[in-house]
Amino acid sequence: MRITQGAFSFLPDLTDEQISKQVAYCLRNNWAVNIEFTDDPHPRNTYWEMWGQPMFDLKDPAGVMYELSECRKVHKGRAYIRLSAFDATAGWESVRLSFITDRPEEEPGFMLVREEGEGRNQRYTTRSYAAEKPMGSRYAV
Amino acid sequence: MNVVTPATQRKGRYDAGVMKYKEMGYFDLDYQPKDTDVLAVFRITPQDGVDAEEAAAAVAGESSTATWTVVWTDRLTACENYRAKAYRVDPVPGTPGQWFAYIAYDIELFEPDSIVNLSASIIGNVFGFKPLKALRLEDMRLPISYVKTFHGPATGIVVERERLDKFGRPLLGATVKPKLGLSGRNYGRVVYEALKGGLDFTKDDENINSQNFMHWRDRFLYCMEAVNRAQAMTGEVKGTYLNVSAGDMEQIYERAEFAKQLGSTIIMIDLVIGYSAIQSIAKWARRNDMILHLHRAGHSTYTRQKTHGVSFRVIAKWMRLAGVDHIHAGTVVGKLEGDPATTKGYYDICREQFNPMALQNGLFFDQDWGGMRKLMPVASGGIHAGQMHQLLHLLGEDCVLQFGGGTIGHPQGIAAGATANRVALEAMVLARNEGRDYLNEGPEILAAAAKSCAPLRQALEVWKDVTFDYASTDTPDFVPTMTPA
Repeated sequence: MRITQGAFSFLPDLTDEQISKQVAYCLRNNWAVNIEFTDDPHPRNTYWEMWGQPMFDLKDPAGVMYELSECRKVHKGRAYIRLSAFDATAGWESVRLSFITDRPEEEPGFMLVREEGEGRNQRYTTRSYAAEKPMGSRYAV
Repeated sequence: MNVVTPATQRKGRYDAGVMKYKEMGYFDLDYQPKDTDVLAVFRITPQDGVDAEEAAAAVAGESSTATWTVVWTDRLTACENYRAKAYRVDPVPGTPGQWFAYIAYDIELFEPDSIVNLSASIIGNVFGFKPLKALRLEDMRLPISYVKTFHGPATGIVVERERLDKFGRPLLGATVKPKLGLSGRNYGRVVYEALKGGLDFTKDDENINSQNFMHWRDRFLYCMEAVNRAQAMTGEVKGTYLNVSAGDMEQIYERAEFAKQLGSTIIMIDLVIGYSAIQSIAKWARRNDMILHLHRAGHSTYTRQKTHGVSFRVIAKWMRLAGVDHIHAGTVVGKLEGDPATTKGYYDICREQFNPMALQNGLFFDQDWGGMRKLMPVASGGIHAGQMHQLLHLLGEDCVLQFGGGTIGHPQGIAAGATANRVALEAMVLARNEGRDYLNEGPEILAAAAKSCAPLRQALEVWKDVTFDYASTDTPDFVPTMTPA
C-alpha cells in the first residue's frame, strides 16, 4: 500500500529539485520549514519526531535541503520523512503545507480491528502492522 | 443661522392619523452611522408614483418601530433610539426604477447571539409591503460589538485542517449519487470506493434523511464502516458528512449523538432546519469536537433573483455568526448559478478576518470579523477534473471541491474517479507552488499528470467538452474603475 497523507502523495515521489521548489514557495511566504520523521505513520499520530527546530528566517531552500539530506543519512528507509511549513500570521498560526518526501521501501499498511457492540455498533481501531515491532526495527533497510 | 427642527420634534408629530414615513423620523440624510450600528443596504423598487426616499424611509420604519399610523405609545419610549434611519439613497447604476437604500439600526434593537432576532427584525415584516414592487436585502455591516456576541464556526478552517491533518491543498469531496433509493449497504459502497480512491470526504445529499429505502441508523453504520475501512487502506483521515437533519430538534440531537458515538469527524445539516436549529447544533458541535457542514438547501428561492429576496452574501454572514464550519458558496464554472465577481465576495466573507468594501464583488461595507473563526466554502455541482486549474485559481486553497458526478460517473468506477480528481488537484497545487502560470498552462499540467495516471486520462477524455456557459442572474451592479496609480 501507499500512505496518502500529505499534499502530494498521489503524485510520483518528488525529486529533490521538486522538493526544493516547494521549499522556495514556503520561504517566499515567510513560513518556517520543519523536517519531521516517524516510524509510526498512524493517521492520528500528530507528533512526528522533529529533526531539529523549524528553520526560521531562512532565505535559501539549500539550507532545508542540506538538513533533509542529513536526516536521510540517519532515517532513510527506516522511517517516513515529511516537510511541514508553519505560518505565524494572525488568524492562521498553524501548518500551511505538509508533504512526505521519503517513505520506506515496503509499506505494510494498517489492519482494521473491529469490536462488535450492541445494536450492530462497532468500535474501530486502526493498527499499523509495522508498529507492532519495536521502535527502530519497524522497516527493513 | 437656521436651526433645523428634527422631524420628530415638530409640532403635530404625534397627532392621531397617517403621516409620511419620512416625516416620522425614519429618514435622515445627515445621520452619521455609529461604529456600533447595524447597517443594511436594500435594493428597493418602489411602485409607480412612490418617491424613492419615502420608500426608503418606509423600509427603515417597517423594519424597526413603525406601523402604518401614528401611535401615542411611542412617547413612553426613547423612541429616537429605536427608529432605524435611512441615511443614504442612491440610484442603482444603469437600472432605472431601482435604488439602494442604506439604513442604520441601533445595536440595542437586537438580541445578542440570535440570528432569529436579527433576521426577524431586518426581513421579518417589510418584504410584503405594498408600496414596494420588490425589495432585496443586498448586504449588512455587522458591528464587531455584535459579532462578538456569537460563537462563530464550531471548528473553523485552521482547526479542521489540524484535525484532518490536511494542509496546503483544497479538500476533495463527493455527494453520493443517486440521491434516492440506495440501501444503506449500497450507499456505504459508494462512500468506501470514493474515499479509498483519494477523496477526503463524501457527503449525504440534502434530502437524504430517513426514508423507507434507507433509515438513518443504517446509513450511519454502513458509512462509518466505509470510512474506517478507507482510513485503514490509505493511512489517511477520512470523513463523511452524516446528514442529521430531521423533523424536530430532539431527533437532530439523537442522530448527532449517534454519529459521535460511531466516531464520525463531521456531521451535516440543511439550511431549511432553521436558524435556531442551526445555532443549537453548532453549539453542540463545538461541545463535541464535531465539524459541522451546512448544505444551503432552499436558498435559491430567495437569493437568486436580483430584485427581490435576500442576497446569499447576507446568508453567508449570518451562517458564519451562527457557527457552521462548511457552507456551499458556488463554483463559478459548474452547473449552478455563480458569477465570478459575486462568488468571490461570498468566499471572502467566509474566509477573511476583515472584508474591505468591494462594490465590484457586491460587498457594500467594510466588515470586521475580529478573531472569529473562518468558514470553509464548498464548491459543488457540475465540476470535474479538467477544470482544476480554473477552480484553484477562482476559489483558492481553503475550500472543499466536491465532484459528485465527476467521481461516481467515471467510466472505470468510483475509486478511479476519485483518484483522477486527487491527482489533478495535487499536480495543479504543485505547479502553482512552483510559480508556474498554472491557469494558462492548466491543460498541459493535467495532460502531463495523466501520463502516469490512467484514471485522470480517462476523466479528461470523457468530460473534456463539458461546460455550463449561461449568463448569471445575480451579478454585481458596479464595475471596477481604473484609477491613476
